[in-house]
Amino acid sequence: MARHQYSGDALIEVLHTAQQLYGYLSQPLLKKIAHGLKLPPSRVLGVATFYHLFRFSPSKPHSAVVCLGTACYVAGGIELMTALRKKCGADTSEWTIAAGRCVGSCGLAPIVICDGLALSRVTPAQLEARIEETHDGGHFKSDAPG
Amino acid sequence: MTADTLNQTRQAEQERQHRLKDRILCCTVAGCLSAGAQAVRAALQEQVNTQGKGGEIEVCGTGCMGLCCRGPLVRSLAADVIYAEVKPEDGSALVWGDQSKFEGRVIEPDHPFLAGQRRIILANSGKVDPERIGDYFAMGGYQSLLRAATEMTPQDIIGEVKKSGLRGRGGAGYPTGLKWELVARQPAPVRYVVCNADEGDPGAFMNRSVLEGDPHRVLEGMAIAGRAVGAQQGYIYVRGESPLAIARVQTAIEQAQREGLLGGRVFDSNFHFRIDLRIGAGAYVCGEETALLASIEGKRGQPVPRPPYPPERGLWGHPTLINNVETFANIPTIIEKGGDWFASIGTPASPGTKVFALAGRVVRTGLVEVPVGTSLRTILFDLGGGVPPEYEFKAAQTGGPAGGCIPAQHLDLPMDYDSLPHIGTMMGSGGLIVMDTSSCMVDVARFFMEFCMEESCGKCIPCRAGTVQMHDILARMTRGEATVRDFPMLEDLSALLKETSLCGLGLAAPNPVLSTLRHFRSEYEAHVLERRCPAGHCHIPAATQRNV
Repeated sequence: MARHQYSGDALIEVLHTAQQLYGYLSQPLLKKIAHGLKLPPSRVLGVATFYHLFRFSPSKPHSAVVCLGTACYVAGGIELMTALRKKCGADTSEWTIAAGRCVGSCGLAPIVICDGLALSRVTPAQLEARIEETHDGGHFKSDAPG
Repeated sequence: MTADTLNQTRQAEQERQHRLKDRILCCTVAGCLSAGAQAVRAALQEQVNTQGKGGEIEVCGTGCMGLCCRGPLVRSLAADVIYAEVKPEDGSALVWGDQSKFEGRVIEPDHPFLAGQRRIILANSGKVDPERIGDYFAMGGYQSLLRAATEMTPQDIIGEVKKSGLRGRGGAGYPTGLKWELVARQPAPVRYVVCNADEGDPGAFMNRSVLEGDPHRVLEGMAIAGRAVGAQQGYIYVRGESPLAIARVQTAIEQAQREGLLGGRVFDSNFHFRIDLRIGAGAYVCGEETALLASIEGKRGQPVPRPPYPPERGLWGHPTLINNVETFANIPTIIEKGGDWFASIGTPASPGTKVFALAGRVVRTGLVEVPVGTSLRTILFDLGGGVPPEYEFKAAQTGGPAGGCIPAQHLDLPMDYDSLPHIGTMMGSGGLIVMDTSSCMVDVARFFMEFCMEESCGKCIPCRAGTVQMHDILARMTRGEATVRDFPMLEDLSALLKETSLCGLGLAAPNPVLSTLRHFRSEYEAHVLERRCPAGHCHIPAATQRNV
């Protein structure tokens, strides 16, 4: 907050940084930000909930984001989503499953981002195998920034 | 930095590159990265080191070369070819320039995908290391800013841009020169320049590739704009979902500041210009200019009624120039080669080139840059290699959720700002998604409506409630539950949204519906009257199907 001179205009930057540091935006954290930037808490919560990228609960150990942009949609993103839900649906403590907006690698559709690693041209079977693997071997390394 | 040091640095860098036997450039952006480009680059570097060729061959990362479907791509500058589908074990063959190992994987400059293109915006992308400012100097970078800051008056710059006929590449196609003049004419001490890099259309990745492949070009364009309109502060608003683009822009800004190309007294002139990075947080509506400005001010990204337009009253109430990434990327070349040169490319009404992102059911997917006015057939079939043999072409979708579909009978239409609206679509930012006969157009319309419904900011009622209602009708159609009365309802709602919505999102939300209704009405009728999906995509329960 000091870097932005406690200016209210920098709210979104501060929220980004806070989420990077703490993983998610908790109620006390949001209150602290409001206090620091001299903004009403309603404004801070309002802005934070408006944008999709901010999270308000701790993230789970694994995540899978199915891209549902147009190209991935044409290439069968919905089927991947159904397969994924079926595979890990019961196991909600382990997996965050989300539908993502276009990740910009439409040349390689459909895309699923599994624990930060982008899997391109995936089929439902490949995806299921990948999830089995993850359960056996813990995290796999992520080397693609999305 | 002064004019002399810029030229010295440029020459030194050119000589250094000339002394090298080869520069091997690995694509390290989105598509190739997910295909394993990082491992290829590491293997190459290791080969160069173990074979003791460190002084002769340089391995570096680069931006998009276009042919994303055949990644990872590696370019050898000495041989002037691109190698496709490179694996880490190909390292040694690459170092020795042994093309025999790359049977069918060597892409020569006369490959139809490359030969059909005209690259201005992407001129350096895939040929320079975007993380080194020296590479950009060697390509003649920042020479245009030098001219703009020291030799030209703001009126000269605006005159040149007006002469070029450049139109805004964000989608609407407003003449850039006029916009600049409007901002420059405002009687205000403080003005801003904003670069809209919040590219949210699903299926579009042009801006992101430009920022990842050649970020300095955009910064230079912004600085020239700053000089032309009399601004001292610029903001570049990048989408939060593109972490690599954010990192590269940040690096580029720091490098340019260190070299004295941004900041106070650029080239020892009395021109000051700073650029700050702003990161979006995932809201499609922030691509709308007033919403984007609200977001830069740290508020919810909700649009406000226009007029006043941002050139009159924008960021914190000051006159603000907003242009798209691609628009700014054209500026350095226009200043370098002149407005007349630029105007000679493309069509008289919309000069220049346009980058398209080819995706969907097409053989070669990736980024292409062609003169405006090139026909869709040329782009899809000559450059893109057509639809794979097992599929049949049905339609191409342009303009994302705000655009429409181009069916087969309009394939020869020139792709420019004035022709596309005649068939109910628009140029948009450049996403081009090819659909085959297995895609159901009703479901495509529903898909886009779902997108607009979720992304509606909720400020104005037509958009907030209208998109929900329209999505509801379309969803019923895909489930086989709709009736004939839903047709006039859908059309009425479309007209309502188009007439009464506050911003571009709501105004354009009915476009995919209207466009598919216009070109594929029989599919809608099949869903409603016969309760069947001609494409075989929608799951309509057998109980509701009717025998006709």
